[in-house]
Amino acid sequence: MNNRIIALIFGLALFGCSPSTDNETALKEIVIGGTSGTELAEDQVFRKNNGSDPGTLDPHRAEGVPASNVLRDLYEGLVSEEANGNYIPGVAESWTISDDGKTYRFKIRENALWSNGDRIVAEDFVFSLRRSVDPKTLSNYSSMLYPIKNARDVVLGKLSPEALGVSAESEKILLIELQEPTPYFISLLTHSTTYPVHPASVKKHGSAFTRPENMVSNGAFTLSNWRIQDYILLTRNKEYWDDANTTLSQVYYYPLDNPDASLRRYRANELDFTDTTPSEQLPWIKRNLKEELKITPYFGSYYYGFNNTKPPFKNNPDLRMALSLAVNRSIITDIVLGAGQIPAFTFVPPVKEYQGKEPAWAKLTQEERERLAMDFYLQAGYSMSDPLSIEIIYNTSENHKRVALAVASMWKKTLGVETKLRNQEWKVFLETRRLQEETEIFRGGWIGDYDDPYTFSELLHSENEMNHSGYKSTKYDALLKSASLKPAGKDRLNDLLKAEQIMLSDMPVIPLYFYVSQHLIKPWVSGLEGNVMDHHYSKYVKILKTETTSSE
Amino acid sequence: MPTLLILICLAFFLVKAAPGGPFDFERSLPEEVEANLRAAYNLDDPVYLQLAKYIGNLLQGDFGPSFQYRDYTVTELISTGFPVSLRLGVAAILLALFFGSLIGSVAALNQNSKLDYGVMFFGMIGISIPNFVMAPLLVLFFSIGLKALPAGGYNGGDFYHMILPVVSLALPQMAYIARLTRGSMIEVLSSNFVRTAKAQGLSTRTILLSHVLKPTFLPVVSYLGPATAAIITGSVVVEQIFGLPGLGRYFVQGALNRDYTLVMGVVVFYGCLIIVFNLVVDTLYGFIDPKIKQNR
Amino acid sequence: MRKTNSLLNDAWVALSKNKAALISATTMAAMVFMVLFGPIFSPYTIDETDWYKISAAPSLLDGHIFGTDDLGRDLFVRTMFGGRISLMVGLVATLVSVMIGVTYGAVAGFMGGRIDALMMRFVDVLYAMPFLFFVILLMVFFGRSIFLIFVAIGAVNWLDIARIVRGQTLNIKGKEYVDAAKTGGVSTIKIIMKHIVPNLLGVVVVYVALTVPQVILVESFLSFLGLGVQEPMTSWGALVNQGARQMESSPWMLLFPAIFLATTLFCFNFIGDGLRDALDPKDRTRGND
Repeated sequence: MNNRIIALIFGLALFGCSPSTDNETALKEIVIGGTSGTELAEDQVFRKNNGSDPGTLDPHRAEGVPASNVLRDLYEGLVSEEANGNYIPGVAESWTISDDGKTYRFKIRENALWSNGDRIVAEDFVFSLRRSVDPKTLSNYSSMLYPIKNARDVVLGKLSPEALGVSAESEKILLIELQEPTPYFISLLTHSTTYPVHPASVKKHGSAFTRPENMVSNGAFTLSNWRIQDYILLTRNKEYWDDANTTLSQVYYYPLDNPDASLRRYRANELDFTDTTPSEQLPWIKRNLKEELKITPYFGSYYYGFNNTKPPFKNNPDLRMALSLAVNRSIITDIVLGAGQIPAFTFVPPVKEYQGKEPAWAKLTQEERERLAMDFYLQAGYSMSDPLSIEIIYNTSENHKRVALAVASMWKKTLGVETKLRNQEWKVFLETRRLQEETEIFRGGWIGDYDDPYTFSELLHSENEMNHSGYKSTKYDALLKSASLKPAGKDRLNDLLKAEQIMLSDMPVIPLYFYVSQHLIKPWVSGLEGNVMDHHYSKYVKILKTETTSSE
Repeated sequence: MPTLLILICLAFFLVKAAPGGPFDFERSLPEEVEANLRAAYNLDDPVYLQLAKYIGNLLQGDFGPSFQYRDYTVTELISTGFPVSLRLGVAAILLALFFGSLIGSVAALNQNSKLDYGVMFFGMIGISIPNFVMAPLLVLFFSIGLKALPAGGYNGGDFYHMILPVVSLALPQMAYIARLTRGSMIEVLSSNFVRTAKAQGLSTRTILLSHVLKPTFLPVVSYLGPATAAIITGSVVVEQIFGLPGLGRYFVQGALNRDYTLVMGVVVFYGCLIIVFNLVVDTLYGFIDPKIKQNR
Repeated sequence: MRKTNSLLNDAWVALSKNKAALISATTMAAMVFMVLFGPIFSPYTIDETDWYKISAAPSLLDGHIFGTDDLGRDLFVRTMFGGRISLMVGLVATLVSVMIGVTYGAVAGFMGGRIDALMMRFVDVLYAMPFLFFVILLMVFFGRSIFLIFVAIGAVNWLDIARIVRGQTLNIKGKEYVDAAKTGGVSTIKIIMKHIVPNLLGVVVVYVALTVPQVILVESFLSFLGLGVQEPMTSWGALVNQGARQMESSPWMLLFPAIFLATTLFCFNFIGDGLRDALDPKDRTRGND
């Protein structure tokens, strides 16, 4: 027993020496922003955790949130956003839209310059948009530009990039023609695939134009240094047309993928901003860093998809409905994740004027839902004594694991379902999900690319290659088609709403919750506002003066 | 050379057999784009030709383009990541060697004293606590509690930023070396020739320096190989926790992102390193103990 | 066979004089018993979640004597099940490597000459492989399964034992009784199985005792990288890793699994040291990597 005791002692000793951090700031009082509350610090340096390294800083080939975050500071598209996410003129100072909604005419700012001092002209955008859809560019995201006339055929190699519906009417006037009226087109213009690149340096350096020594950009910041897996350093761009309103001199982007390490470095004041918060630490964060935790609804939907192309879920809406009803969504949002995620009974998160219509059972209590679930379950031919056994596949991540465990335990309790869990690395997972061979139930999540319900609706269109559930409904497809031909407005949204309701009665996927963005932001960072797309521009950020005074 | 060839082939085929490709993105690629991508990375060639091309390029020091970092070559990545891992690893080994053998010797010379038991106890702790527990503990205490040391980051490898990573990496090895040294020294001290030397009235100092040190450290030297392997493994954890831009982190990121070339590059590179290192250890061993050389 | 028995007897006598090893062995036996039968005494199961007792502190009242984890699962039961996995991984992976290593080393040593040279050259080649990296690749590419962990770790570890066994075999081979058997026309395989392998028992036992804790650590390393066993199953490594993430808010989540993990590593190391002293006092400085 000796060893036991020794082990116990050393264990205790270790905890004894981890200092109590609950009162980190108890002895000192920190005054932010001086007496006026808005005084600025001398060092205007902003240090963000970006979650991981971007694969490339070429705006047309970049993929994923980390890359978008950096590119938003480096480049500016025709349209930009306010801190709260409202669209404002970017490089284009104004634009007009033709009556049929198919032709956009942009006026480029007179004073818009590249970071090397060159003037930005309409031709730069023509060059850039053509490059973006050119299949030789090897862009992951060129399909974002399909609304532009001929874009799809260019991407598929059927037409040359010159056929793209983009032209320069004069040095400062850019024309973009669309295939269909696309009410959300303006929001696409904040996406990195539509950013301009500096034609001369792309031609000169090839793919190396993204190197710090070569990069010419047009955003509020320029690239000073990129040390892989270490940091990306941006420096204020003096040539930026709105430089007078930039406060920061430097921005650091760190690629820390371990949220615990990120939290520790945040607490050690080495980071001003974290990309997310580890969910099992949330109770602790809420106790100790409440003021610094910023949670905002985020335009994303988390769901479990059924493989509707194979038994047991093929042609079995009763079973699908039973499993959906048996999930207690508020347990997942309040207890398992606990960051204020919103329980979802519809697939499309609310956005602007669009508010999905919840099915009737959403109003029931969970007990009633569970009874209903049992009815459906029995109808589908299963019972507690003869239960279903299935597998959930999810990509490796702490949160996905927790949700899967929770859902499995709810199904077990209410319906007796035997659930196996299988996690796969991201790339393997994507392949498995795409092939629809071995999947039964898979984890799905989608963050809207632009703020319109269509970015979600199209996911369940029978011909969409991202429709991993294999849902096929002619009614649904028809309503989507009808919506895409209509201009912005109630009519169009109604079509999308109807489509969603048809889908929900078929239940090809189980909507679980709507995302929130979770950031820890130091009190001395001012100028950031939460927004539904979770887009943050460093040009709005100011670092306030921080003084520490003893309170005794 | 044949070793290296086997290593390359093994890595190559393992990576080829892996499910999930580098071009599986959440938003699936248009066919034309995917075809162009595959062509750009020579993925359409038959496998043996790919292997031949890869080896051919390797001979010129070219590890190929990275899949994950699309504008960088693997050679560039390794040459930025390796110095970080090297600095971390060498510092950790030296620290472990120095303090490990010091503590071990002190314990051996005071066998069965309180000091000795203390050392042994420390040794056990060092071996029994995984470094993914030790590292956050150190950070909580020194960085967040005392605010004395940085909680992470490389910062060009400056002294303060390296203290915690190096210590958490070195601790288990230090403990191991301490135990090894103690055991070996106790044995040497009780051996016949040391007893004879004592009987001859030689001073403790002379005995220690001329008779005890060499045989004591033989096992320590032969432990250098495994220690290096352990440090390379440990650096994967430590680089992750402290956010250091080293090869271990590249490797894990590369594996998760199906960065075939990067993963193979790191494996091949470390393989070379281990081969060279084994040679060095063998030479060192032969230098200390000529008898062993012939036996090997 | 008699030789083996007497060896074991000697070892037993020597070991029973070694207090640390004895205590360790007793503790280990108690732990194995606990891990196997402990869950029976708990009203909870390994995957049962209690949403109203998330990360609850240990309490005797509700039967969560080790507290609960971040999904409200009973930590005592999970620690016990985790122990089964950790110990099993440690033992099975070690046995896999012993089986490969002993056979390989014995054959090489016994055959001698060019075959020996060739076989040992192959071992040298494998020594240069950054094996853990291969293990990571295997786990990442082909998904995690306990089986893969066994094979992967086993395949990494057999090299050492092969070398040690070959050396020992070379030693034994020179002994008279082997020569006698040879001249008596006994087949090679029989000689290896009958005379060589049993005589290696000492080395192997020491090796096993010292390798098991290392394998357990390797498993915990894989758990840290998120490549351990599949939830809801768990291992000490996975539990310790989870606990380390929440060590400030719920220290019991780290403390209990860590105590079990550390105690096990302690015990195996003490037992290994004891066995080494008992079985081959001269060889105490070798073969512990």
